Amino acid sequence: MIHYQAAAESWGYYVPVRMSMGDPLERVARLASKSAVVIFSVSSCCMCHAVKRLFCGMGVNTTVYELDQDPRGKEIERALMRLLGNSSAVPVVFIGGKLVGAMDRVMASHINGSLVPLLKEAGALWL
Amino acid sequence: MQSFKAASTNPEFYSHSSFYFRGDDSDRNQTRFTDLGELEQSATAFPHDDAVVLSPSSMFSLKANNVGGVPDSLQYGTLNVGGCLDIGSTITGTGGGGCVDTGQQQPYMYQQQKGTTSSGNGHFENWGDNSAMADNSQQTDTSTDVDTDDKNHLHGVQHGALMVVDSTEQAKERTTGDQKTLRRLAQNREAARKSRLRKKVYIFTFHRHAYVQQLENSRLRLSQLEQELQRARQQGIYIADGLPGDHGHSVAGNGALTFNLEYARWLEEHQRLIHDMRSAVNSHMGDNELRILVDSVMTHYDEIFRLKSIAAKIDVFHMLSGMWKTPAERCFMWLGGFRSSELLKILGNHLEPLTDQQLMGICNLQQSSQQAEDALSQGMEALQQSLVETLSSPIHCPTGSDNVADYMGQMAIAMGKLATLENFLHQADLLRQQTLQQLHRILTTRQAARALLVISDYFSRLRALSSLWQARPRD
Repeated sequence: MIHYQAAAESWGYYVPVRMSMGDPLERVARLASKSAVVIFSVSSCCMCHAVKRLFCGMGVNTTVYELDQDPRGKEIERALMRLLGNSSAVPVVFIGGKLVGAMDRVMASHINGSLVPLLKEAGALWL
Repeated sequence: MQSFKAASTNPEFYSHSSFYFRGDDSDRNQTRFTDLGELEQSATAFPHDDAVVLSPSSMFSLKANNVGGVPDSLQYGTLNVGGCLDIGSTITGTGGGGCVDTGQQQPYMYQQQKGTTSSGNGHFENWGDNSAMADNSQQTDTSTDVDTDDKNHLHGVQHGALMVVDSTEQAKERTTGDQKTLRRLAQNREAARKSRLRKKVYIFTFHRHAYVQQLENSRLRLSQLEQELQRARQQGIYIADGLPGDHGHSVAGNGALTFNLEYARWLEEHQRLIHDMRSAVNSHMGDNELRILVDSVMTHYDEIFRLKSIAAKIDVFHMLSGMWKTPAERCFMWLGGFRSSELLKILGNHLEPLTDQQLMGICNLQQSSQQAEDALSQGMEALQQSLVETLSSPIHCPTGSDNVADYMGQMAIAMGKLATLENFLHQADLLRQQTLQQLHRILTTRQAARALLVISDYFSRLRALSSLWQARPRD
């Protein structure tokens, strides 16, 4: 016990920083789990438009978060960039709360036939 | 009769006949084409009972010079030049028919030995690509085993021989008046058939010539490009030393030229690999060896995508322009290359027979590739729209310096939008690559080999079409 307390005390001042660092990603995870298909986007981004059209064309309803219209959007963008290691933060797609990825991963999974089962599992697609 | 030797600008392409085209210089090619000119001469020179090496593209007609003189023992084999040359339509079941089993292209096989690879399409759909004609090291598997019983009836029947019906030869064999009439009728039929054959052969030669021309042109282009590249490189070096501003431009120039050169080389190698694979398919190579060849073609496709991706970083507009392609290809291009949904349409029913699971896989692939293409197309439209908005927005500020700042600001935004072009091109190439890979996953080795051949032939013909178009006579 004392051990942990001492540890907590010595790490005490890190804790708030860690919390704020984790926050955007936590928020992302929280938002992602709220709907079957979640797209993080920027309203002026054309590739985001393309990914939205893809799901639309499949008859899938999506929940879109436009990060440029969110006060803490910048944080989330940075977090997503770190998460995916991409040069651009958006678009990023979550299905059933799980990360699918950027446009290339979404298209790859559609072509190799894994996207549709994923959508069905998440309840975003019937038939 | 006039010879149908195709006018050749480069004699080495026609080593001993106008139909003999070596896709590569190897000796694997066992094709024996005979010139139609030789055809005329062969009638008398023809060795009657010799077995003749049949190549799938050799043209032949069988005529039974039988003693019985009955028309229905006349047999005509099918020429299979991918099916567009259909010499005879009558075939009767006497003895061994003159069927050439080419394995791959058999739209009109009367006595098909193999039930498997028939693609079922007739005529020009299965028109053997010139490269198929060229790369013909297929062993022809003639089902023409003449029974000894039939030998009497089929005296003088030439199997797989290019042969002209020469009426003077038969003169000795006819005796009665009845037979004369029958013979006249037969000869009329034969003459009609021959003239149809000649017409088709002419068309074939013409197309083959165009193909060869196109190949020759691309070789010339390749050497031209090499020269240009040399010059550009020299210029590039010079410019880099001189004006720093121009360096970027020359680098972009180098990117385009370099890619064109690399593409030309890639295409040559691709054609060589396809040729090898075609030989393998037609010689009924085992699955294990065939798989190696199929994999090598697939890997080679990966290579061009890799090269495109590198080149796109240097000069995205060049990669979107399609300038390394022939005009016809360029016309029907989508986002820097072929449409993956189109690929599946090209394959059509060449892949049959398919299992239910495979069929479903193909349908899904058709649908998903179409959807992905549509999504990317719409994204591109959005890009163009937003660029229009950016570049056309008026500069409101009255003061001069602010105008400039605004202008620069707009340009900066526009530059950012252009940067996404590279991403779209990249996604389009990924889509193409993944469609090919998924196809490879769904199909068996043999089916995949056939699919790759069909695809390659399609683009090859499109290129030939482009050349034909450019070379067409204008009034």
